[in-house]
Amino acid sequence: MPNSQLTPGIVPGRLPATAYDRNFDDHLPALDAHEARVAADRCYFCHDAPCVTACPTDIDIPLFIRQIATGTPEAAARTIWTQNILGGMCARVCPTETLCEEACVRQTAEGKPVEIGLLQRHATDVAMASNRHPFSRGPATGKSVAVVGAGPAGLACAHRLAMKGHEVTVFERRPKPGGLNEYGIASYKAAGGFAAREVDWLLQIGGITVKCGVELGRDLTLADLQRDFDAVFLGIGLQGVNALRAEGEDLPGVANAVDFIADLRQSSDLSKLPVGRDVVVIGGGMTAVDAAVQSKLLGAETVTIVYRRGPEKMAASGYEQDHALQAGVRIIHNAAPFRVTGNGRVEAVDFAYTEDGPDGLKLLDEGFTLKADQVFKAIGQTLTGVPEGVMVAGGKIAATPARVWAGGDCAAGGEDLTVTAVAEGRDAAEAIHAFLTGA
Amino acid sequence: MADLTSSFIGIKSPNPFWLASAPPTDKEYNVVRAFQAGWGGVVWKTLGSEGPPVVNVSGPRYGAVWGADRRLLGLNNIELITDRPLEVNLQEIKSVKRAWKDRALVISLMVPCDEDSWKDILKRIEDTEADGVELNFGCPHGMAERGMGSAVGQVPEYIEMVTRWVKKHSRMPCIVKLTPNISDIRRPAEAAKRGGADAVSLINTINSITSVNLDDFSPEPMIDGKGTHGGYCGPAVKPIALNMVAEIARNAETHGLPISGIGGVTTWRDAAEFMALGAGNVQVCTAAMTYGFKIVQEMISGLSDYMDRKGFTSTADLVGRAVPNVTDWQYLNLNYVTKAQISQADCIQCGRCYAACEDTSHQAIAMSPDRVFTVKDEECVACNLCVNVCPVENCITMVPMQKGVVDPRTGRKVGDYANWTTHPNNPMSVKAAE
Ligand SMILES: Cc1cc2nc3c(=O)[nH]c(=O)nc-3n(C[C@H](O)[C@H](O)[C@H](O)COP(=O)(O)OP(=O)(O)OC[C@H]3O[C@@H](n4cnc5c(N)ncnc54)[C@H](O)[C@@H]3O)c2cc1C
Ligand SMILES: Cc1cc2nc3c(=O)[nH]c(=O)nc-3n(C[C@H](O)[C@H](O)[C@H](O)COP(=O)(O)O)c2cc1C
Ligand code: SF4
Repeated sequence: MPNSQLTPGIVPGRLPATAYDRNFDDHLPALDAHEARVAADRCYFCHDAPCVTACPTDIDIPLFIRQIATGTPEAAARTIWTQNILGGMCARVCPTETLCEEACVRQTAEGKPVEIGLLQRHATDVAMASNRHPFSRGPATGKSVAVVGAGPAGLACAHRLAMKGHEVTVFERRPKPGGLNEYGIASYKAAGGFAAREVDWLLQIGGITVKCGVELGRDLTLADLQRDFDAVFLGIGLQGVNALRAEGEDLPGVANAVDFIADLRQSSDLSKLPVGRDVVVIGGGMTAVDAAVQSKLLGAETVTIVYRRGPEKMAASGYEQDHALQAGVRIIHNAAPFRVTGNGRVEAVDFAYTEDGPDGLKLLDEGFTLKADQVFKAIGQTLTGVPEGVMVAGGKIAATPARVWAGGDCAAGGEDLTVTAVAEGRDAAEAIHAFLTGA
Repeated sequence: MADLTSSFIGIKSPNPFWLASAPPTDKEYNVVRAFQAGWGGVVWKTLGSEGPPVVNVSGPRYGAVWGADRRLLGLNNIELITDRPLEVNLQEIKSVKRAWKDRALVISLMVPCDEDSWKDILKRIEDTEADGVELNFGCPHGMAERGMGSAVGQVPEYIEMVTRWVKKHSRMPCIVKLTPNISDIRRPAEAAKRGGADAVSLINTINSITSVNLDDFSPEPMIDGKGTHGGYCGPAVKPIALNMVAEIARNAETHGLPISGIGGVTTWRDAAEFMALGAGNVQVCTAAMTYGFKIVQEMISGLSDYMDRKGFTSTADLVGRAVPNVTDWQYLNLNYVTKAQISQADCIQCGRCYAACEDTSHQAIAMSPDRVFTVKDEECVACNLCVNVCPVENCITMVPMQKGVVDPRTGRKVGDYANWTTHPNNPMSVKAAE
């Protein structure tokens, strides 16, 4: 008998074969040309626009929207890419509801912002369809830069350096470039292999060599890089995962949400990817939401997110939380797991209610138990593999030796978002360029 | 429900909404559907003289200007007068009028500029029992090149002459339709009046090129690689039409001459505005061509509700009511001072007022670091630009200053009415005391 949503345990193929394509397709369909013009017409072309201030990469939003409105989406895309070379991915994954769209004056006016994210996607999609890379390399400077990590921070840094004429080598420990764009972002946000397409498109500028399967700390050292290159950029993200610190968390069936998502992203046939019948996700950020929603889309019967504080403290935005609820995920607030139980593998999780008071979080005596055959830990990623000589403070890289820069999730400052990583990678490239050319 | 019945130069109709002479009125089928929908009257699509009818292009005949959601803002056409045989039109007119006695049916005419042609056509239409004729001196394309339409309408002497012929050879009420493609609309209106016209109607379409194809380098609509100017109509032309109606209504020589208002009428409000500026009724073409005949229902309910609100018992209460308030610039009160005021409760902080005033006007709006926008009364000249660019209705208003209060911009007290004619800076000023 084929598996169904009711099959116990962690099994593949819970849904009819046709369901997967539909479930993991674009969750927000792209605007067509006419819809884009209508949406663009709503922009007021604000003076010193608040949406621009809210964008970590400072895209000139009113300008690119006006370019769409006048029927020149390619020009709009250039405006976007000038500031944010991963504008296509950011259009899909940015929590616009807490960035540009939250700042849009039409949000203030009527609770309905200009659809900046969808418009940005329209422009970049149209322009990428021509498969012509809009930027070219500057005259060769003879300088070389090593970039560690091919995530958004590393790629943005590499592209900007190439534009300036430097020779760039990117070292990436995973088999594919893209970082969390390739291994982390929810599949329905970047459907159709977009992450890989965007990296290919980005590399068309030339002057960037990507070496995958090479890990700093294992295959080479920072000292090697400092010796062989004029400058080094570290964009190594957060490779560790926080532990639950609950009894029984090593039982089979308990996994890291990011690993589950990485498997899901790399799966070529989602009907072969196993998922539990009763899935419990611990955490309150985007990772928790993505793991929960995608478990549901794979056919889990019940999926519950349990977060130890209230809804307003969740790192996932209100929009993301609604998205989870609409997908059929249950969210329980103010509860923390203290024990995972099961005979040889996970069967249930015991929770205690919490109280979030002035002197921190307190576990109450009252609690409950959730049936679970799969448990995902999504309580935050941590910085690991920091090379010697690099100073860490508050879990992030705080200072680097001479000729070494860092940016993205691994570095201090800014939220852990794709767009922030792009901004930091780009700005580091500018700093490196200034240093190398003595400008 | 207010009484909307209208009597325009003695032609009665249940409401003041007529369809203008154009495709919607080109045949019995359309006109019957229009009457069924509730239109008060029609001006039948322009008839030419006996003989083989004119020929229209078989390529596209319309060009357009759209808003973002493809709202049609302006239409242009290169259509000619009716291309159906005269006899067919006459039979249909007769049959329609017989079936719809309470509706107005006026026939639009355009024939060569000689007395016999006009005498002949007037004879041909005599037994249709139509209520009147409209002389089409307006068509700006195709017909003008044959010495008709706006070729006549641009020469006041011809208008007067042809109108005279029509009045001589027919007892029907005669409306002269004016072309806006002229520098002073009062001259042709005066000529029509001198010739004995019972009314004028305006405007016909405006010479225009709506757009250029930037790949084939031809005006649109493009016919086999070429285009030509066409007549512009629809919402975009309303301001031009309103001004021309007002000019005729307030001109001493033509004051009181009945006017049928045309040009961009799309809603009841447009109609009411034309009527307030002196139009006895209105004619509609593009709005019907865009949305179908049903729009007249909104015009009827809207005008009726408005009249009820205002306590107007007949359309005559509205007609011409704004005419006395249309004046020349030199008579405007130069001592009337207003200041822009921004309602902080309504402001959404887009900064458009700031950009407009700072970049292009009088630097009279201040912007604080936290995006609070305030008017500097000492700089504000009350130009109204901030009001016009503000996306929020009634967020910025113009507040008049009371008499006797000092205007911080000029340092002078707000005084009594005084206009340019007596202003000290005017070299031709009339000394008030003398
Ligand atoms: C599940 C999940 C969902 C997310 N969803 C969103 C979202 O919807 N929107 C959003 O804005 N953000 C989202 N984020 C956050 C976003 O993905 C990150 O902020 C962003 O990817 C950070 O970019 P980065 O380049 O700093 O790091 P990463 O993307 O993590 O890239 C780091 C790269 O460095 C490589 N690397 C690490 N160590 C070494 C080494 N020693 N040697 C060689 N290579 C190394 C890694 O393999 C990786 O490819 C999500 C994150 C997760 C985990
Ligand atoms: C396609 C078309 C054909 C027209 N043909 C005539 C015509 O034969 N006779 C005429 O007097 N006016 C003609 N007009 C002008 C209209 O009657 C009317 O004056 C003009 O369109 C302005 O009104 P509107 O803005 O409501 O369309 C035509 C207009 C259009 C769009
Ligand atoms: S805030 Fe909104 S309306 Fe203003 S420029 Fe940005 S997108 Fe346009």
